[in-house]
Amino acid sequence: MTQALLATAVPVAFDLHEHSWHGRLESLLGQGQAAGADLVEVFIERTDNLGVLAEQDTITNVSPAFGMGAGIRVFLGQRDGFVSTNDLSDAGLLAALDQALAMLGLQRSVPRLSHFDGLPALRDFAGEKRDWLQQSPSLAETTAALLRGTDQLNRHGQHLQSRRGSYARNWQAVLVAASDGTFAHDIRLHQTLGLNLLAADGDHRASVGRRYGTTDRPDDLRQWDAEAAALDLCQSAGRMLYADYVEAGQFPVVLANRFGGVIFHEACGHLLETTQLERGTTPFADQVEQPIAHGAVTAIDEGLTAGAFGSIAMDDEGMASQRTVLIENGVLKRFLSDRAGEVRTGHPRTGSGRRQSHAFAAASRMRNTYIAAGPHSPEELIASIDHGLYCKAMGGGSVGPTGQFNFAVEEGYRIENGQLSSPVKGATLIGEAKEVMPRISMCADDLELAAGFCGSVSGSVFVTVGQPHIKVDSITVGGR
Amino acid sequence: MRTRLETLAAEAGIRQWDLGAACSTDTSVQVDRGEAKQLKGAQRRSITVRAWNDAGLVGITSTSDLSDTGLARALIGAHEASAFGNAADTPAFSPLATAPLPSLDQPLREQRSILELLDTLKEAERDLIGRHGAIGTVPYNGLAQRSSERIYLNSDGACRQQQLTTASLYLYARAEETGRKPRSGGAVRVAYGAADLDVAGCINEAAERTIAHLDYAPISTGHYTCVFSPEAFLDLIGAFSSLFNARAILDGISLSHKDSIGEHLAVPFLSIHDNGLHPANIGALSFDGEGTPTSRLALVEGGILRNFLHSEATARAFGAQPTGHAGLGAKVSVGPDWFEIGPTPGVNSGEQGLDRFASSGHSAAGERGLVVIESLSALHAGVKASQGSFSLPFDGWLLRHGEQRSIESATVAGDIRQLLQGIVGFEGKAKITPDGLCPWVWVDHLSITGEA
Repeated sequence: MTQALLATAVPVAFDLHEHSWHGRLESLLGQGQAAGADLVEVFIERTDNLGVLAEQDTITNVSPAFGMGAGIRVFLGQRDGFVSTNDLSDAGLLAALDQALAMLGLQRSVPRLSHFDGLPALRDFAGEKRDWLQQSPSLAETTAALLRGTDQLNRHGQHLQSRRGSYARNWQAVLVAASDGTFAHDIRLHQTLGLNLLAADGDHRASVGRRYGTTDRPDDLRQWDAEAAALDLCQSAGRMLYADYVEAGQFPVVLANRFGGVIFHEACGHLLETTQLERGTTPFADQVEQPIAHGAVTAIDEGLTAGAFGSIAMDDEGMASQRTVLIENGVLKRFLSDRAGEVRTGHPRTGSGRRQSHAFAAASRMRNTYIAAGPHSPEELIASIDHGLYCKAMGGGSVGPTGQFNFAVEEGYRIENGQLSSPVKGATLIGEAKEVMPRISMCADDLELAAGFCGSVSGSVFVTVGQPHIKVDSITVGGR
Repeated sequence: MRTRLETLAAEAGIRQWDLGAACSTDTSVQVDRGEAKQLKGAQRRSITVRAWNDAGLVGITSTSDLSDTGLARALIGAHEASAFGNAADTPAFSPLATAPLPSLDQPLREQRSILELLDTLKEAERDLIGRHGAIGTVPYNGLAQRSSERIYLNSDGACRQQQLTTASLYLYARAEETGRKPRSGGAVRVAYGAADLDVAGCINEAAERTIAHLDYAPISTGHYTCVFSPEAFLDLIGAFSSLFNARAILDGISLSHKDSIGEHLAVPFLSIHDNGLHPANIGALSFDGEGTPTSRLALVEGGILRNFLHSEATARAFGAQPTGHAGLGAKVSVGPDWFEIGPTPGVNSGEQGLDRFASSGHSAAGERGLVVIESLSALHAGVKASQGSFSLPFDGWLLRHGEQRSIESATVAGDIRQLLQGIVGFEGKAKITPDGLCPWVWVDHLSITGEA
């Protein structure tokens, strides 16, 4: 009964083969262009999301959500006006267009010469994705998988005070049309699964978590190895429960692969977005083809890796995704750019215009961003350090407006005489990208990616971070 | 809306339901060196529906589609989700969902045209850049206004409604002197309308904060007596608000326990109240997600934990009353509104502690000096609320030998329970901020990591 009713509630993606959408959008773009805009862009989306939470051995929250909306952006020179609305009627879209035009001193009642030639045939990136929502796990499958996860935590953990498993499915159908002839459609499916636990023994406490995520793989949850995930988490918690607080100071550090890449993402990646160039807040402006990192560092941002959380067939401005080499052997090669970035900074678009939803104007954002693999083994990196810190798992972090970054180390170990020793907690890595990039002196050969969310000017988007094990010759470690 | 819902619910066979809805119109501007950077407008609307099934379990669905089709689908979705409801922790209607609401003096302001907002922000940016030769840009800035309405309805007849207008301004300047690192500082103002914003005050504060950090030096790692600004201390308490959160306690992720009421959490001269009704709380909500009226609640008095923040379900579990701090969900979240932090009436406010420093010309802080923590960053990453630990970067100054100098880059680390027991005293009158009111707070022996 439940699944039958849910099935009736599943929305259809845009029926783009109906003439009505093509005609409505063409009319809207034509009117905006005739009012004097240099370019008009319309982004329309439908969403169907699901969140499920399991705590201990009970499903404690199921939260479905669905919605729709449009974002209309008008460019005039280097300026733009953006209006979002939940009203997809002709009147609602026209009202939004009028408001966006008025922001730039334009109005529809004063038509000017228009060079809008109409929309071409749809560029359809959705293809075989139309059934993905229906192919995704049912609620019953989802809840069963999460309860398997929390049960496995219980089996493998000790001193557990709290066990949580969470799942989110984000389905999004998007349609992008612009007066430069862009007309594209895509369907995205993101699934993410998290496990967290809190262990407590007297005054000793350890909270650890892991998040896994994929895109465009409806079957992903069905193939999740709950036991392996729980075992990994419980082993981390067991090691960290009685860990000492780290001593503060400046040390050489080895950052583990996978989520260790969050530091490159936050500390350097954001500075290579044209939004930072526009603000004048990147120290790397005017440094294309100049060395900005150690020669051991090559860094890439791309949207192409199959199933990776940050992969996109097209960006939110209708441009096909691509692979962008940011840094090659330490030399800055390219900035990530979107439509506005190209207009304002001259850096050509890289298929990186991304936004959380219709309520945000697209901005240049990262996709799958990672430091490329190097020639060393992880053991060689650790063996090269007499006294330092090994950061096995990173927590969150942030970068300030002057480029200073800080990151919490969730699971850390001292390095003594080239070998790992006791676990430590409470460490924070502090630095500045411009100073730290030249200190990444060794990269291992074990590149792996990890899923995450990136919050910035155009909202929260799905990304992956990644790297092999890397060695930073010296970095400030905050502790007690 | 009520009629439509009643009809749709009856058609779906749903006897018990409630709904929270919100709609808003927003306009905002950002500028960049005298030019409009982005002008934005938004019309938003959303509803969240809860439905109880015949077994008494609850489900929920949210949508921005307020058409009859959307509402019907939301109701059906919520009813379907109720099959997975948690029998051990099922929310009910708040017993206070029809109680009288507090009267709030919230004037509704006319929305200004976006081009007026743009002119105001351009002028503010120009003014701020002109305050000092080193200030080159104001990379983070924005002027926004919102007109919004929210409602709460339930099938027992509760009907809550609130209209509100708000406006906000933030200016974050970047300054750089030749051969030195860039520095930044900023300020925020909120008001009921754009015309009410203290633009001049925001410019002055952003300029002062930016300029004050131009002359910086690294600090040595070690333990210091620290003085938290009202904003920084409010941020810290907010980050550890799970101490007072009944939901977090039931979930086992709070440092407090169900029987922690009456424990000595802090020094005896510290009191913390949650008071969403304070007149300075721009944007105060008169009722929470479950329709419970907002009220002032003593959390800590005389250093003793007095009350927890409750939803209907947590209140039932604790044998208490809902406090007006709930969201709306199948599992209802709980959170604070607006803190009042300061000395406990009738108790000394730590004067003796501060006298120790005053009489010695701050030399009691030791050769290292005093650290003033102006603002904390990265609270989402550096706070482990369930463990009680924090390690946070901050902007601030070192006061030593009668001199005050900006600290280049540093973090402060500690344990919230030790910090609350290590408060030396309060300095000055409580300052009103967007997040609450609080005086300057002195704390002994905190770990600072610097780069000297």
